[in-house]
Amino acid sequence: MSSTALAGLSDDLLFASVLLYALSMLAFAGEQASRRSRRVAVAADERVAQRAAAAERTRVMAGSGGPSVPAPPVTVAAPADAAHSRAGRLGMLFTVVGAAVHSGSILTRGLAADRVPWGNMYEFSSAVALTAVVCFLVLVATGKVDRGLGAFVMVPVVLYLGLAGTVLYTAAGPLVPALDSYWIKIHVFAAVLSSGAFMLSGVLALLYLLRSKHDSLVAAGRPTRFPVSMGDALPSAPVLDRVSYAVIAFAFPIWTFAIIAGAIWAEAAWGRYWGWDPKETWSFITWVLYAGYLHARATAGWKGTKAAWIGVAAAAALVIDYYVVNIFVVGFHSYA
Amino acid sequence: MTTTASTETTEATRMSTAPAPLPPRPARASSTVAAARRAWRQLTSMRTALLLLFLLALASVPGSFLPQRGLNPVAVQQYFTENPSLAPVLDRLYLFDVFAAPWFAAVYLLLFVSLVGCLGPRIRLHAKALRTPPPAVPRVLSRMPASDRWESAATPREVLDAAAAELKGWRSVRTENGISAERGYLRETGNLLFHVSLVGLLVGIGMGGLLGFQGTVLVKEGEGFANTVLSFDDIKPGRRFDPARLVPFNFVLDDFRATYDEGGRALTFDADLRYAEGPDDDLEPVNVRVNHPLEVDGAKTYLLGHGYAPKVLVVDREGNELTQTVACLPQGPTFLSTCVIKVPDAAGEQLAFEGVFTPTTVQDPESRRVTSVYPAPENPALTVLGYRGDLGIDSGAPTSVYNLEDRSRLEPIGDGETPVRLAPGETWDLPGGGSLTFVETTEWATFQVTQDPGKVVALVASIGMVLGLCLSLFVRRRRVWVRVSPAGGGAPAGRTVVEVAGLARTGPEAFREEFDGLSGRIRSTARPVSEEPA
Repeated sequence: MSSTALAGLSDDLLFASVLLYALSMLAFAGEQASRRSRRVAVAADERVAQRAAAAERTRVMAGSGGPSVPAPPVTVAAPADAAHSRAGRLGMLFTVVGAAVHSGSILTRGLAADRVPWGNMYEFSSAVALTAVVCFLVLVATGKVDRGLGAFVMVPVVLYLGLAGTVLYTAAGPLVPALDSYWIKIHVFAAVLSSGAFMLSGVLALLYLLRSKHDSLVAAGRPTRFPVSMGDALPSAPVLDRVSYAVIAFAFPIWTFAIIAGAIWAEAAWGRYWGWDPKETWSFITWVLYAGYLHARATAGWKGTKAAWIGVAAAAALVIDYYVVNIFVVGFHSYA
Repeated sequence: MTTTASTETTEATRMSTAPAPLPPRPARASSTVAAARRAWRQLTSMRTALLLLFLLALASVPGSFLPQRGLNPVAVQQYFTENPSLAPVLDRLYLFDVFAAPWFAAVYLLLFVSLVGCLGPRIRLHAKALRTPPPAVPRVLSRMPASDRWESAATPREVLDAAAAELKGWRSVRTENGISAERGYLRETGNLLFHVSLVGLLVGIGMGGLLGFQGTVLVKEGEGFANTVLSFDDIKPGRRFDPARLVPFNFVLDDFRATYDEGGRALTFDADLRYAEGPDDDLEPVNVRVNHPLEVDGAKTYLLGHGYAPKVLVVDREGNELTQTVACLPQGPTFLSTCVIKVPDAAGEQLAFEGVFTPTTVQDPESRRVTSVYPAPENPALTVLGYRGDLGIDSGAPTSVYNLEDRSRLEPIGDGETPVRLAPGETWDLPGGGSLTFVETTEWATFQVTQDPGKVVALVASIGMVLGLCLSLFVRRRRVWVRVSPAGGGAPAGRTVVEVAGLARTGPEAFREEFDGLSGRIRSTARPVSEEPA
């Protein structure tokens, strides 16, 4: 296949993966909605529930003449239960297929340009999004989080990938000379891997904050409004906190390694291993903030909400590092 | 260390890898000493370290949004021109030298003092912990976060043998009726390694700043360079740099090449040099390109930038031929470059030419303006205005070769408004005598020579950091106890009551599963009652 055809295929596959991720988002959201309605039904006034159950029975068993036995409200939720598990499974299916198609898009991009598929901002963003999705799938597969979290995780993924495919899109082509080094395989791959995980942890930290806010409002007996009201569909606060931490603990050494590999590369390319170039500066800020997160989580008085805010700030620094610095600040890393 | 159940449980819930705080010392010292000690404890506390970390992140921010002298002095100059009232204020706050600012240094030095202050006691404690056997089996095991109890048909000795085999690799103490085992000491070792390496990294960076050297030089094709302080156009020596430590080498730039794609994006840059390590050595050819510097004895020479250097022949009024190769400064991606040709040795009046070199020249038919549309020399031209008079460079004041600074005593040649465009080989016969010939297009390259003795220290420290981080994040600390006692009451003789308990000092979420697996394996190897042959 010619490289133009491969590049075209890569673009089509990216579009397909965005579509699949969007579908998975909808399926997960459907699952959440039916769970929510079930919870509402369970939590509703028992008499109302029983009346509903009775009405249902009368309708279903009309003519059977059987004795009217009060049924537990769970039976009301049973059909919704099946529906929600079907929607959730469909969501997982869309996510897995989406990730496979997405991998295909990245692979064909690399083949089309005959180099590593992370040579400019568009390719980098696409690879970061794939990493985040794969991290999420691993978390679900290892039982660390419920797949229902997909409803919340896939929203930023779809937005991010959609933006990457439109605003940042760059046609497949060769690398600028400074990037032509085997370090691009090592340094940028480590950066992609850690950034994908960090982005996911940032979403998890935000969800944790949402859930904690929800829990504290409910505990105080106060009403919750959107978006805090979504909190009851989320995993419990300790689970979100733990998973967010686990993802950061996975990504932090890789990020450290990415910075060090970048320094070694910079030494070979520019004659100094560190020069406070804006990208270096923001990588450093990101690193310091994640180091702060890890320390905060081990410090009395800083655990929980405060640590989560640090995690959010660190993810924001990462976004600045990639996008604000590349687009608005001139430095050595201004390539694409 | 106490081993009562309650202490252990609090310890299990503590997420920190830090050892338990030291018991407060009796306040017998004078009030100044007490205050100093309080200040020290405050500085070395985690809260302070955290605040200093955030301060460090915050302090770095202006360095990325304001131009920095160390990175781009021209941009700083431009900022001064554009913001004449604000810039001096920012400058006084070191905002154009953020990473060399005293306040930035204050933050990271305080952070490192806090770190070192923290590390000392922790290293001592950890060394002690490494020599201390795991705590004895507590009296009540059922109160531990994870515990299990069963009756076994095996003898106490057999059960303990089975448990000891399972706890291989753990640090353990076995007595007649129990085992205490602990694992995961590497976590704290890794943590300490990471932080010690961080200090090592700072030492490496500091060594580079004090003893390192960096110089840049522009070399035209056919010219040579010798590595001495005076040969450079610009140098950044470390504060304690000794010029005698410059590695003696020299090179000649034979050829510089750049290739571009159709859109004018650079594809490759490389330079053919011939270099020698000493003045008496033979020259050896070497190709230097981006990502492939020339390395001579710890000094690295990098290809940094490039541009065009048209070769011109000036003939003065008396017919003297003066050949010059003029480095022109590129102004953009298509390499439209500004050139200044000064001819101080022309007989009679001095001559000067000012204009642009365009590698692929396109001239607007109406405005007659020339531009370049492609960076490679496909259709090169030199378009200049000429001047006669006094260049003002004989006064002894330093002047730039790239600018005509003093035009006060220069008269334009011709009308002074219509520039003359020359292709290679073309000659401009100057009104009033003499000529200017654009002979050919050559190129120049800039090289950076660096020496950094702290580099290796920084690299080793970085490796230590990653290794330490992985250990401190992924190794889990666990304690497990096993106790065996003869079954009492109505149980048949020879039966053993086995109690197993454990706690996770870090990473408690995965512990339950681990513990159940462990106790299950001990149970199955040491013949539980149910599996006893009837």
